[in-house]
Amino acid sequence: MKRTPRDSDESVRRISRRAMFLGGTQLAFMGVLGLRMRFMQVDQADQFRMLAEENRINIRLIPPNRGLIFDRNGEVIAENEQNYRIVVVREDAGDVDATIARLAQLIELDADELERATKELKRRSPFVPVTVADRLAWKDLTVVAVNAPALPGVTPEVGLSRHYPLGSDFSHVVGYVGPVSDYDLSKLKNPDPLLQIPKFQIGKIGIETKLETNLRGRAGTSRIEVNSAGRVMRELERQDGIAGQDLQLSVDAMLQNFVQARMEGVSGAAVVMDTHNGDLLAIGSSPSFDPNKFVRGISVPDYRELTENTFRPLADKSVQGTYPPGSTFKMVTALAALEAGVISTDETVYCGGYKQLGNRRFHCWRRGGHGHVNLQKGIFQSCDVYFYEIAERVGIEKISEMARKLGLGTRHDLPMSAIAEGLTPTKAWKRANRDIGWLVGDTLNSGIGQGFVLASPLQLAVMAGRIASGRNVLPRLIKTVNGVETEIKGGEPLDINPNNLRAVRKAMASVSNYQRGTAYRSRIVADGYQMAGKTGTSQVRNITAAERARGVTRNRDLPWERRDHALFVAFAPVSAPRISCCVVVEHGGGGSTAAAPIARDIVLQAQFGGLPPLSAYPRSQRGTIQSMRENLNLREFSLPRDGRIRT
Amino acid sequence: MSYLEYRVQTVPSGFRKILHLNWALIVLLVAVSCFGFLMLYSVAGGSMSPWAEPQMKRFVLGMFVMLAIAMVPIWFWRNMAGMAYGATLLLLLAVEFFGVTGMGAQRWIDLGFMRLQPSEVAKISLVLVLAAYYDWLDLDKVSRPQWVLPPVVLILVPTFLVLKQPDLGTAILMTAGGGIMMFLAGVHWLYFAAVIAVGIAAVYAVFVTRGTEWQLINDYQYRRIDTFLDPANDPLGAGYHITQSKIALGSGGWTGRGFMQGTQSRLNFLPEKHTDFIFTTLAEEFGFVGGISLLALYAMIIFFCVVSAMSNKDRFGSLVTLGVAAAFFLFFAVNMSMVMGLAPVVGVPLPLVSYGGSAMLVLLAAFGLVQSAHVHRPRSKR
Repeated sequence: MKRTPRDSDESVRRISRRAMFLGGTQLAFMGVLGLRMRFMQVDQADQFRMLAEENRINIRLIPPNRGLIFDRNGEVIAENEQNYRIVVVREDAGDVDATIARLAQLIELDADELERATKELKRRSPFVPVTVADRLAWKDLTVVAVNAPALPGVTPEVGLSRHYPLGSDFSHVVGYVGPVSDYDLSKLKNPDPLLQIPKFQIGKIGIETKLETNLRGRAGTSRIEVNSAGRVMRELERQDGIAGQDLQLSVDAMLQNFVQARMEGVSGAAVVMDTHNGDLLAIGSSPSFDPNKFVRGISVPDYRELTENTFRPLADKSVQGTYPPGSTFKMVTALAALEAGVISTDETVYCGGYKQLGNRRFHCWRRGGHGHVNLQKGIFQSCDVYFYEIAERVGIEKISEMARKLGLGTRHDLPMSAIAEGLTPTKAWKRANRDIGWLVGDTLNSGIGQGFVLASPLQLAVMAGRIASGRNVLPRLIKTVNGVETEIKGGEPLDINPNNLRAVRKAMASVSNYQRGTAYRSRIVADGYQMAGKTGTSQVRNITAAERARGVTRNRDLPWERRDHALFVAFAPVSAPRISCCVVVEHGGGGSTAAAPIARDIVLQAQFGGLPPLSAYPRSQRGTIQSMRENLNLREFSLPRDGRIRT
Repeated sequence: MSYLEYRVQTVPSGFRKILHLNWALIVLLVAVSCFGFLMLYSVAGGSMSPWAEPQMKRFVLGMFVMLAIAMVPIWFWRNMAGMAYGATLLLLLAVEFFGVTGMGAQRWIDLGFMRLQPSEVAKISLVLVLAAYYDWLDLDKVSRPQWVLPPVVLILVPTFLVLKQPDLGTAILMTAGGGIMMFLAGVHWLYFAAVIAVGIAAVYAVFVTRGTEWQLINDYQYRRIDTFLDPANDPLGAGYHITQSKIALGSGGWTGRGFMQGTQSRLNFLPEKHTDFIFTTLAEEFGFVGGISLLALYAMIIFFCVVSAMSNKDRFGSLVTLGVAAAFFLFFAVNMSMVMGLAPVVGVPLPLVSYGGSAMLVLLAAFGLVQSAHVHRPRSKR
């Protein structure tokens, strides 16, 4: 059809008008786009740049090396052992099941671990390495490495894991580490991000947990670039962490080993302290356990064996266990009475076998009595009546005050778990905790370390150390932190008349050096090494009047858990004390027979810095000592000892 | 005008036509496509495969197609308009039955050597048929209701078929493109006002019927709208695309992070980084300067088309040129709005830059029509 040119011009005009309008609108919209682009890319650029960085950069933590723990001579107590493990990357392995089957032909794989690993391999992203075998022997690792071509995606790896080369010797002192549990995390307000690392080890008990902050160190960081799936593309920056601080204990590993070995087979504890500065030289509890088992994750039967053992290997008897101190408390009563002036060193008390108080008789351990008893005899014969008498004279408040002055009834500040406070009873305490008020009979019982009095072996060793030095020594367990010597606290002279202390020390010396002393059998004959001490036998049962009438049942006829605790506190050498010691044998019978011989061996070992010559023992006992030594299960130490007592 | 009225003698013939091509437009198209090759090379991590090289081959093929179409007189294409439209409808129907499902929608027909997306073809044949219709229609009848109805039907039939695939993006583009054609042809503005009013009402209806049996669009489309309105409420789910896209774009800054230094795209945070979201990679790596340059190139393409159309006394040629320019504009405007978070995510590629065979070929063919209209425009007697 035809159209006139006018139409055509009109059409062009109309289209042009509309085209101009449309073009203008389009231009305007492009202007909006441009402005939006400017707004996002210029004005908001920093914000978006930050978001992009957050997207792309992950911070990965590099676990720091945990601080090492040494003994006072540099012997390693806790170290970080290389832990060989095998990881599998699903993506590289191809057929995972076939690869693992091949791997199982080469090395032994734990079935449970394997099941967990296969599950994890299926669940995690294909490029995430999953541990299939942990704690391999070097031999197994090399087998895997040699066969690497047949095992795609299988890589041997080395990590660090805590190891305690001295095994059970320090398990109660140092404790152990284990993987972080949900419970550990719930206790912390702001947990260190390090703790989220799988299988990260954290202190569980003992020094490992008490000084966790020192030992842990600070994590290093590695800034890595990841893609949207989380795969690591490259490392952008690495900042090495700070390794944990090394600790040096005051404990001598060799002495500690001797203590643990000597106490094998009995349930008890022994503590050795340097009376000059309070350094704890040994702090043993028997029986013990292997902390390495806990690091690896202890098996159920092994754990049951530990919990069902009547000797309670998991309890640290040296600081957690509290016992009636028995006769080892008599020095406290004596010093309280001497200080109060209610008795003099020479004044005698008549012991006829018992002390009558109202209608109740308080018996001496010796039925026939000791006759006239002064302070020295009261201690070396351990006459109960003498102490009943002076305890009654001086009263419980002064006895308890003296006990606290000597380090009982207070929680000593050591980085160990569950340190017991013990108990030094007062009238106020009994009013608050018991139905009836304080009775004079309670004072008599407390005067010989029975009744309510409770003390831990650590406290008794401190007590002996304070009597020996006359100074307020405070126990110290950590010698250096990161190479810096820790402060020695305390040490100021005790507020006790030195003459009274001297008298008590002299009496203690006669316990194990005077023929009629209760621990004369456990004397040391080497000149200059002699030991002073005090036996203690604390009852864990009541002896009824009827039993007393028919004759007190002997310990060996009683079931184990009803036998008396055997205790011995000591210091040595008598002339110039350097060390103090406390040995407690739970239900061991008599202090002189069960605890004193052990204490003597420990005191000798501590003084000689190794096994003493047999000539240090009385001639008649050397044969027995010799055979006992042959049965000791001692560890070899190669590091040189410092001649701590004598060089 | 019918072809009989063309002063054929004044129109260049033979190879002389090449001299009369709109060369500025060709240079601009090549420039824009080069942006595309560069970005495809970059998002592949500095590699010609898998995207840059095929894209280049298709571009070369597309340029030959464009030149071939440009050589053919425009009146031939006008006569083909109806057939092209019919063929397109058949193709769209074919997709219904033989289509290949990709990305959750039936969009392709596998021709063996290439995958054809009939919805791309539909956009251009719609422009053609509408231009032919208004070229045929008397100017004073344009706004009469009985003559407004046929183009509306012409628009809605293919739109409906595309919507069924479902491809919301193309459906919107087709409706908008068709509407623009009617607007250019001079349909009275009251019609448009009425349609816009109805559109607003429809949007209202879409939201009101949500969750009822009468809901008008698919759930995934609702979700995309939700996500557009508030991408932050689902940052790792449906909002992930928009959020990551905005981060990439914004982090580019003034001059960008440098060629191949874009972390968002290189580390795969960007979705569809080689197709719909390629502009974000460009903006991330070349910054505001790069983004605005591409926008300027697009603006110039539109400008040269409008200039060419306004100097063309042939109604059909003029309408086709403006229609192609409008379709082209809608492509990049919707795509850019989408990646900048101004519009919901609808699958619209960035023209000539995004990786994709059909879109590239169809666009270049459309510019072939523009060239043909330009070469064969009526010239005044000298």
